[in-house]
Order: sequence, then structure tokens, then C-alpha cells
Amino acid sequence: MKNNNLKRREPLTDTQLLMTITIGIFFTMYFAAMAIWGGGFLRWQQVFDMLNNNAALIIVACGLTVVMIGGGIDISVGGVTALVVMSCIVHMNNGGSIFTAALLALGIGVGFGLVHGFLISYLEIQPFIITLAGMFFARGMTTIVSLEPQKIAHEGFQQLMKTKIEIPWLGYIAKKGNLIPARMEIGVVIALLIVLIIFFVLRKTRLGRNFYAMGGNSQSALMLGVNVKRTRFYSYLISGVLSGIAGFVFMMHTGAGNATNAAGAEMNAIASAIIGGTLLSGGVGNVIGTLFGTLTLTTIKAIVTTSGLRDPWWQSITTGAMLCFFILLQSVVLSNRGKGGLKKMVPQWMKITQKD
Amino acid sequence: MQNDVVLSMRGIGKSFPGVRALHNVDFTLRKGEVHALMGENGAGKSTLIKVLTGVYTKDAGTIHMDGVEGEVIIRSPQDAQQAGISTVYQEITLCPNITVAENMFIGRGKGALVKWKDMEKRAGEILQSLGIPARPKQQLGSCSLAVQQMVAIARAVDMDCKVLILDEPTSSLDDKEVAMLFSLMRDLKSRGVGIIFVTHFLEQVYAVSDRITVLRNGELVGEYEVKDLPQVELVSKMMGKELEGLSDLVRDDTPVADTSTPVYEAAGLSSAKGVNPFDFAIRKGEVNGFTGLLGSGRSESVRAIFGADRVTGGKVMIDGKSVKVGKPIDAMKQGIGYLPEDRKDDGIIADLSVRDNIILALQVEKGFFHPFSQAEAEAFADEYIKALEIKTASSDTPIKSLSGGNQQKVILARWLLTHPKYLILDEPTRGIDVGTKTEIQRLVRKLAEEGMSVTFISSEIEEMLRTCSRLIVMRDRHIVGELRGTELTQDNVMRTIAGGGD
Repeated sequence: MKNNNLKRREPLTDTQLLMTITIGIFFTMYFAAMAIWGGGFLRWQQVFDMLNNNAALIIVACGLTVVMIGGGIDISVGGVTALVVMSCIVHMNNGGSIFTAALLALGIGVGFGLVHGFLISYLEIQPFIITLAGMFFARGMTTIVSLEPQKIAHEGFQQLMKTKIEIPWLGYIAKKGNLIPARMEIGVVIALLIVLIIFFVLRKTRLGRNFYAMGGNSQSALMLGVNVKRTRFYSYLISGVLSGIAGFVFMMHTGAGNATNAAGAEMNAIASAIIGGTLLSGGVGNVIGTLFGTLTLTTIKAIVTTSGLRDPWWQSITTGAMLCFFILLQSVVLSNRGKGGLKKMVPQWMKITQKD
Repeated sequence: MQNDVVLSMRGIGKSFPGVRALHNVDFTLRKGEVHALMGENGAGKSTLIKVLTGVYTKDAGTIHMDGVEGEVIIRSPQDAQQAGISTVYQEITLCPNITVAENMFIGRGKGALVKWKDMEKRAGEILQSLGIPARPKQQLGSCSLAVQQMVAIARAVDMDCKVLILDEPTSSLDDKEVAMLFSLMRDLKSRGVGIIFVTHFLEQVYAVSDRITVLRNGELVGEYEVKDLPQVELVSKMMGKELEGLSDLVRDDTPVADTSTPVYEAAGLSSAKGVNPFDFAIRKGEVNGFTGLLGSGRSESVRAIFGADRVTGGKVMIDGKSVKVGKPIDAMKQGIGYLPEDRKDDGIIADLSVRDNIILALQVEKGFFHPFSQAEAEAFADEYIKALEIKTASSDTPIKSLSGGNQQKVILARWLLTHPKYLILDEPTRGIDVGTKTEIQRLVRKLAEEGMSVTFISSEIEEMLRTCSRLIVMRDRHIVGELRGTELTQDNVMRTIAGGGD
């Protein structure tokens, strides 16, 4: 391009800036953990375990990122996930196939997404209230489907659960001298695929950009000709569908259903999105950031456990502290932008500019 | 000549319950002209704009546009946009979190995917051709307000607008930014865009406009060429007062050379609301007034004195001693009282009783941890209800059930109770009946005779001439003159507002 203006390096947008900070903190933290505790942190399997254990959370957090970018909130995601897990297990244990179970999972997700989207966008009811109702409804339905914990008995599905992708070159040599390859579950592939798809949607499609515009200033978006109602509707639909898929992935990881499945998943997902640089006020955020947000949260928990604080409450306390830290960091960084304040705060070698 | 007309509105009428906002108004916009729409508060400017942009539906009249057969029907902002009418509002209606290019193209075009390369290239071209200092990939929020406004204009231009409405675009811009905006407006003019320019700033009208349409009380006063309408005549048309034949009120109070220390004195006072630094002093027992057109900065100035807006600079002396007044409570502690312009939002606490509303300011001064006893509060309230003849069922009645005039008296009582040395009354007579108006005017004179200093602001010039012994005249957020004694005539006031005697 001949235009000089276009060749100039642009400062990062808020979204890019917050995401970069998260990724930076994640790697710093992880390398620090490798240096201090070594052991498990030195093995690739540690990374894959983090992914294996959190594939469903990543998917749910992607949905929430979309909703939060649009300026909304969806706290029903954990409940919907649990309902999907329980329904699919009962369905398969009663002779259903894997395929119909997958359809059921999608169906439940779409159903919740449609209802939430309709009530919030077209009847203009507070999203917090609607999705809170959705959460209670889904949790209640879960116990109606089965009060007892259920274990998957479907043989084909058990096979699917055991199927893992082995990556020998990222493995390690055990004490006996044999190579133990790194193992990744199928759910992780699904989760990473979804991250990529949502990334594409948010970056390249008109709908995705409308989410940002709506979250930035919905009144302005309306004046600029964005169909705000429909855009908002789609954001909740996406979140619903992803909760459904997350339920299926969750089931592939645990193989058992319980009324308290995915308890608190909505809160972990919100925390992941926020740590990943999504603003609760809307308009700013990115799923790549959310992916790293989830990993950061998990790494912190792993570090807490490794450092000897094994009691469960320590994880909650550190999660809370981290969340606080990130929100503080975000607001300090954003409020100092454009005033030259940030430039003074960040040393020269840390300054990042976007490649054109 | 007729072929040049791009928009013609004929006989536009619009009523709201109880108010006739527009009556039989004509408005004609020609290709490539900047047409200023002028009028005081309530003249119907914004109603006319809203009719044109589809926010309101008109009750009567027709709208025709160049190149369109028959009447143009505008029922929504989208209709207006489609017809080629774009509006850039005072407050930016773009999204700050996305890029400049996106803001110019979002909500337009078809297809599921965003073509970033094309979009940014096109945006770059438009911005460059209009000379707007913004880069397509820049996040909009990182641009200054002026540039954001220009981006909004660029968007309108790219959408092929024939009529561009600029609704108070300059109110939050500084001089340099205004100059930038004007050169952009001239550029658009040369491209044949018709621009409707709504503003309160007289000088800006004369700097950039070709024609002026004046509205008053919802009716058309007239359409004029700028060169045929000197500023002073424009002001008189806006205010509805003829210059000739004004029976000047003869006042007998000749100015006395007063050398006593001012009760209140400010030097270089300025506030975050954009008042230019000004000097001001008031002496014991004096009633002065700030006058000027709406938006001239008269309210902003007294708000700066009271610390109601963030004070950004200047020195304040009270009784010759230097003090710091940054917040209302500072001012109150120095014996300054302020009756705000907006009675409903800044004055009354609607659900509290008349009594609680009266003792509020004194209670704040005393501190909330030392509440007045019921008997004390009762005594205070009764004293002022009697003194000001406030018509209320009892002191327990919630203030919201009182009439506007009586509510105003309650707020007045609230400040009198604190026995201020210096009382600021910003539009105390707005929206209240004539009887109460004269009562308040008389009260102001009486308070001054008793030694209180009062600043009195009103939109009605006669009222100010009757009440004040000195008038400070403001224009475009500057003090442009001071009138006292025999100089106090309507004619003089209007000449000073318009600037010079041309």
C-alpha cells in the first residue's frame, strides 16, 4: 500500500493490550513455576493436563466472552452444562446412540440460548435475572432427570472417552526408561477448534464486529445502523450452544453425571474471561485472551497446590486475589492510556507495537 | 435559483400535550450553503431538527427534497439516513472501542464477512481527502473529541448525504478544533452538501454561515442572508425585542463610588465546564446579574463561584482574605448560598417534607452527626414558611406536592436560613407564576438593603433590569461587558451581547 498512514505502526487497541498482558503474565508465571518447583511443570503433560481438565470450561468461557463483549452476562452456563451431562448419560444408558446424545446436547444448548436471547433482546429484560432464572431451571431439571449420580454404561462412549491423542515427541522418559507420550483428550481438540472458530467470528464477520460495537455503546451502535436486538439475540444463542457442547465435552472427560456437575462453572468462566482481558462493561475482549485466562487461572491453582497449600480454600482465596489484581491492573492500564501515563509506567524494552 | 434547493420544509407544525412547539414553520436549505438555525431556549430549533431526522412525527406541513418526487416521508432516523439526511450530534454517537474505519462502515453494506483491507483503504482515502487527522486503524477512543466528530461527518459524507445537520457541534471543542471543523464544513460546502448548523455561539455563526433562519416561540421569525443581518439585529430578533422605540426604564440609582472591600472577589476563576477565566467582585448590599444568551456561560460562571463544577484555576478572596473554594461545602462555610437553575434535579429533594428541605443546607453546615431537634427544625421551618408566605398544608407535606413557585420559595428559605453573606440565585423565577415572581424580585431588593450581596440571573431582561444595579454581560463564555446605572437599558444589553455597535 502506498498510503503512508496505513504503514504506520498503530498502538494496540484496548482488546489487544489486555490480551497481551494476560499472555505475558501467563508465560511469566509458568516459567517461574518451572524454575522454582520444576517437577511436573517441566513436563508437557502438565500443560495437556490443564487442557484436558478444563476443555469444557474453555468452551463455556468462549461463550461468555461473546456475551460479555456484547455488554451482557450469562450465568446459566454451568447449569446448562450439568443438565446436558445428566440428560445425555441417561439417554445413552437407556439405549441412545452417541450421535443422538450429541444432538440432544446441542438441542438443550440451542433451547436455552433461544429463550434467553428472546427474553433479553426482544422483551428487554435484565440479562442477569433471566440467566439466573435459567440457571435455577437447569439445575432443577438436572435433578428431575436423575436424582442419583449416573455413570456412563454405553460401551462405545467409554471407548471414546479412553481415546487419547498421543504426542510422543512431547513425552518424557519415565524412571524405568520407557517413553511416556503426552496425552490429549478429544475434548481438547474440540475446545481449541471452538476457540479458533469464535476468534474468526469475532474478528472477521460483520456479526462479530457488531458484538463489539454493541458492547462499546449500544445506543451509538443503533444509530449507526446495527440491528442491536438481533445482535444481542445471537450472542446469547452462541453462549447457549457452546454450553451444550461444553456439557458433551465435560461428559467425555468425567464419564459420570451428578446434580452438582460443573458447579460454579459460570463463575470460573467469568473469571477466566475477565483475566483474559474481557471487560465486564463490554466492548473489549478476545477468545485467545480467554483461553490464556483459563490457563492462568489453572496454573495459579496448580502453583498453590504445589507450594504446599493443599487445603481447598487456598485455591479460592488465590483465585479471588488474582481476579482482584487483574481487574485493578486493567482499570489502571486503561485509565492511563492516551495520557502518556502508560508510557511512563512501562519500561522501554517492554513496549509492544502491533505488526502491520 | 429554485434548482439549488435541496431541502424545503413548508408549514411544519408540531404540538406536545399543552405546548405548541412548532407552528407553520418554513425552512429552506440550498445546495452548498451553511444555514444557521438560531433561537433561544424553547424557540423550537431542536423540535424542527427532530422532525427532520424522524425522531418526532410532524403534525402538519410537508417536506420536499431535491430529486425526490412528491413528499418525503420520514418516520425514523433510518428513513432520514436513507433520504440523505445525516446528523452529527453534540455528544458523539460512535463506538469508542472499535477502530476509526469500523466506525465509518459498521451497520452498512451486506455480506457476512468484514473486508478489513478494503474498508481501511476506503476509510483512509476519505479521511485524507477531507483532511481529517485520524488513521483508519486507530481506536476511535484514542482520538480527540473534535476528531471523533469529524469521523462522524466523514461517515455521513461517505453515505452520500445531501443534508448534514450539525447539532451544537462546537460546544465541547476548543478554538483550534473549532477552526478545524470550520474548514471541514467549508470543504463540504464546496462539494455541494447543504449544512444545517445549530449553535449558541454568535461569532461562529458569522464565521461560517451563509444564511440564518431565526425561530422564536415555535414560530418562524425570518430567513436572512448573513451579510444583511448585523449581530445586534440577530440578537433582537432572537429575543423578540425591537431596537427602536424601546421605552427605556429610567433608573434613579446613580452608581456610587464604592471603595469598600468586596464581599466576594475572584481573579482568573475557571471551571471544568469550560468557562473562560474571569474576574468578578461583588460588594456588600449589591445586586448584580449575569446576562447573556443561553449557553453564553452565565450559569457556568456562578457554578464556578459556588464550586458546583470542578474549579480548575483562579484565586478567591472573601472579605479581603484569600480562601479556597473547590467544593460547594467550602463555599457554604464561607457564607455563600446558591439556588440552582435546575430546581427539579439540583434543588428539591422531592420526597422529603418541606421542613426537611428547608433545614437541609444548615444541617449540612452543622454536620449530620449533630441533628437538629424536632422542635428546632419545626421552629426554623415555621419561621420561613411564614416569612416567605409559602403555601403548604403543613411543614410535613412532601415538597413535590407544592407548586413550582412555592417549591422555589422553599429552596430560597433553605439558603436564607444559613444567613449567607452572598446569595446566588440562578433563574429563581423560571417557570413560576407572575405573582410569585414579583414577590421574589421584591425579596431580593429587600435582602440587599439589609446588607446581603446577591447575584441574580434570569432569562428575562426586563426582570434583570428591574432587580439588578449592575449587569455583567457574557457572550461565548467570555465576559464582554459590564453595565451599571444609566447604562442599564435593553438596548445597551443587546448591543453588548451582540458585540460592538454594528
